[in-house]
Amino acid sequence: MNASQTTRSGPLIIALLVVLLLIAHQDNWFWTDDTLVFGFMPIGLFWHVCISLAAAGVWWLATGIAWPFDQQETSSTSNKEGQAE
Amino acid sequence: MSVQLIIVLIYLALLLGLGLFSGGLFRGTRADYQLASRSIGPVLLLLSMFGTTMTAFALVGSTGESVRAGIGVYGMLASSSGIVHSLCFFLIGVKVWTVAHRNGYTTQIEFFRDRLDNDLIGLLLFPVLVGLIVPYLLIGVIGGGAVIGAMGVPAWAGSLLICCVVLIYVFFGGMRGTAWANAFQTTVFMGLGLVTFVVLASRLGGQEGLMENLKVLGEAIPDSHATRENMSKTKFLTYLFIPLSVGMFPHIFQHWMTAKSASSFKLPVVWHPIFIMIVWVPCVLVGTWAVAVYNSPVLRPVGPDLPANPNAVLAFLVQTHTGPVLGGFLAAGILAAIMSSLDSQFLCMGTIFNNDIVTHYLGKDRISDQQQVLLTRVFIVGIVAITFFLSLGNVRSVFAMGVWCFSGFSALFPIVVAALYWRGLSAAGTIAGVLAAIGSWCYLFYRGTQVPMEEGGLSKYVIHLDLGEASYELMPVVAMIFCSTVAMVAVSLVTPKPKPETLAKFF
Repeated sequence: MNASQTTRSGPLIIALLVVLLLIAHQDNWFWTDDTLVFGFMPIGLFWHVCISLAAAGVWWLATGIAWPFDQQETSSTSNKEGQAE
Repeated sequence: MSVQLIIVLIYLALLLGLGLFSGGLFRGTRADYQLASRSIGPVLLLLSMFGTTMTAFALVGSTGESVRAGIGVYGMLASSSGIVHSLCFFLIGVKVWTVAHRNGYTTQIEFFRDRLDNDLIGLLLFPVLVGLIVPYLLIGVIGGGAVIGAMGVPAWAGSLLICCVVLIYVFFGGMRGTAWANAFQTTVFMGLGLVTFVVLASRLGGQEGLMENLKVLGEAIPDSHATRENMSKTKFLTYLFIPLSVGMFPHIFQHWMTAKSASSFKLPVVWHPIFIMIVWVPCVLVGTWAVAVYNSPVLRPVGPDLPANPNAVLAFLVQTHTGPVLGGFLAAGILAAIMSSLDSQFLCMGTIFNNDIVTHYLGKDRISDQQQVLLTRVFIVGIVAITFFLSLGNVRSVFAMGVWCFSGFSALFPIVVAALYWRGLSAAGTIAGVLAAIGSWCYLFYRGTQVPMEEGGLSKYVIHLDLGEASYELMPVVAMIFCSTVAMVAVSLVTPKPKPETLAKFF
């Protein structure tokens, strides 16, 4: 995915997904659940492992549909940087 | 000389070699010394930023906290950071890189002075940033001394050794040396953490295969540690504000400035949560297994009990269940985690002293580029020396300061967000916000010092919010962020904004 695929609704979608992540992070529903996933991992820990993976997924999507800067910006600013220093 | 110490010394020699080699690539300019000529690509940026944000706490503290509180520490400290750190890289890092790249900034203070057209903000931020970073430095230096001290060397000599190694590769290699050393150290502590996990699983479980061991150990975890039944839900929720500190860490700011392009941020933004998971999940599981095994009549090994200090549990397990070789490698891994933060902080402090104080007030025209490199190096030597001498004092209580340092940086977070996204931010509003952050931090810190040691002392202080019959525990950082935000917005609304030509540089 590259910057050219950034869409107008992209930032909104990412904002909603981050809010969902934060809600999922407060997993009151597993607070006292001692179920073991795969026979060894407490479900409260497993859920938060999934949150970490989901966060990586959301940020991957963000770099595609909500990346705020394009390559044009980068190359044009390099010249100004050279002047500044 | 023990096997462990030999392994650690070999590791430190490798690190020095890498630092000196990267020093050979130094181009002689200030921009190269402080920012590696803004040439750091995505992979090196990911590894160096991750290594900088993870301290020894990621290995030792995560295990210790899970011994104390169970699996909940992963959600409280790790998965929350996976969301919030990347959010900071995405919302603040990329934007600040673009603005700084355009206008030639290296430090936060340069950015704020220019953004607000105000010199006073620099003088105000300087002591605040330095004051919050010094305890953080001390934690690393004392922690490093303790790791080497456990091998029969005096702790002060261990601290001195760590300081000298970091000083040499930062002195000669500058930011390039720091970034390479960080990448190497990140690889080391991630790899050794995983090896330790697999070995401990097989020794603690006593079964044939890895899965069998995992199952035996998993089933033995007591409910108190397999769930969060003893953890406050509101404290868990409000801990989410602590990782916002990454948005205002001056050393992370400087790492952002090293990126080759805005696109270099994509890899760190995506992979940071996964890297946190790779380091933290094994450590949290090992902590809960320690409780399980040492409370089980079947699994409990012959020998001494778990140490009373939870932070000593990981080293204890390695020492009692594996050989000295793995013990040496684990010690190297812990030192890697410590030094990968120390180096960036030392370099950052040297850069701030040179750029924001000496060069800013004497004038860029009066100090050549080479003189600025020299000054930065001199300041780094001074800061390392001061930190080492401070570590010799009776400052064990500095460990309780960790979360307070982070809270202080988090309290300043609204200011950097407003500077980047709100045209209405004024210099007076920013100053009010910083003062409110400092004031609320000092007040709550004082309240924290009143907590008796037998109740956990400073590190266990929480605000109690009483609503009707119920009482909710909140982290003090919530009140600090609230105070700084209200003061910043209220004063900005009624005070003059920066000139339009200034705003045009940022929006």
